[in-house]
Amino acid sequence: MIAIVDYGVGNLFSLKSSFLSVGADVKICKTADELLAADKIILPGVGAFRDAAKKLAASGLKEVIINEAKNGKPLLGICLGMQLLFEKSFEYGEHEGLGLIKGEIVPLLGEIKSDLKIPHMGWNALNFTENETPIFKNIKNGDHVYFVHSFYAKTAARNITATAEYDINVTASVQCGNVFGCQFHPEKSGDTGLNILKAFCDLED
Amino acid sequence: MITKRIIPCLDVKDGRVVKGVNFEDLSDVSSPVDLARYYSSAGADELVFYDITASAEGRRLFTDILTEVASQIFIPLTVGGGINTVADFDRVLKCGADKVSVNSGAIKNPALIGEAAKLYGDQCVVLSVDIKRVDGVFRVFARGGRDNTGLEAIDWIKRCTQNGAGEVVVNSIDTDGVKKGFDLEMLDAVCNAVSVPVIASGGAGNIAHFTELFKALPKVDAGLAASIFHFGEVKISDLKQNLKQNGISVRL
Repeated sequence: MIAIVDYGVGNLFSLKSSFLSVGADVKICKTADELLAADKIILPGVGAFRDAAKKLAASGLKEVIINEAKNGKPLLGICLGMQLLFEKSFEYGEHEGLGLIKGEIVPLLGEIKSDLKIPHMGWNALNFTENETPIFKNIKNGDHVYFVHSFYAKTAARNITATAEYDINVTASVQCGNVFGCQFHPEKSGDTGLNILKAFCDLED
Repeated sequence: MITKRIIPCLDVKDGRVVKGVNFEDLSDVSSPVDLARYYSSAGADELVFYDITASAEGRRLFTDILTEVASQIFIPLTVGGGINTVADFDRVLKCGADKVSVNSGAIKNPALIGEAAKLYGDQCVVLSVDIKRVDGVFRVFARGGRDNTGLEAIDWIKRCTQNGAGEVVVNSIDTDGVKKGFDLEMLDAVCNAVSVPVIASGGAGNIAHFTELFKALPKVDAGLAASIFHFGEVKISDLKQNLKQNGISVRL
């Protein structure tokens, strides 16, 4: 079973539907027991980092997710859920994340040309890096995915599996062992996105 | 680089798409789900569903349909029509909408945009504006373009984006339905006034009009149209191929 963590941030309807459409056994989960029983965990997230981090801590699921990831359970963070995988974020202050991947979340503002719009919103091409990731096994370099974000992850090159060009190379996806992250929304990225979710479901536990 | 978006708009009344659509390879052209799937596979980058129902029963049908679309079509969905309160935002977001478009609702209650943006984020709030020239001034019209509000359009758009509208749909009443091309002058004025994405609407009659739009105004992010897609005058796949050949970045 694939568990989508429900910690009170955003609507999980599309995410659940997208997993169902690739034939996954998926469940929206609110308890530690459910996450312990799951084969894989999805950490979603929309909105501001601080609020999401607070809610995740208050839900009592933060430590469970960290422990399960450290025990080798595949974990996929999506959008803000990906950003939460990192050590800290500088969105409106400085806030601590799960610390499963070394790196930090910084604003696009000031890093990209001033005439480019923020948020980085719309369809952009994935540029694969030399770090191959199994979740891209069903898609091609250059395929487009849907982004909506104003902050991005700064991390060591070895963790980055794809970037998107928006004046700078924006971190689009990361992997550190069994911990995966997509800055874009696979559940809103058409067939490309569904193929990524399918590949994540296919990962050996 | 971010690609230019092509967005078909579907008017839904009592659970069915209106404006007699006509596709050879589609058996039920008034089924929102079938049509959404058709557009999605043709390469639409986003879909707008506009609820033109007046009754409560029709509204319930609309949310049922929306839920069905959102459970089967995995591209961004924007919903407009009858959005007057934060509760209306909540209602359609729960059914799987990603963005909510406000028009008359924001004119009646200018605080709506700010309240919604605080709750759901700027990226979720789309301002839709119907604009017409009156004595050489861009004026905001309400109730589907029937009433002149007297508001100056550029000021209104600036105010709404400052309050949290994350995107603006500019619908030119002057060019709408004329099929002689988008209202470049009006769009240019809006692009120069705001830094959020601008979606052009009203006036497209053929593929060349989209090419002209994105070449003349690189700041415009997306082109929206309804009948030319529904009647098959412009095929989205042909349109995107043509844009690509003209050096415009699109998702193929």
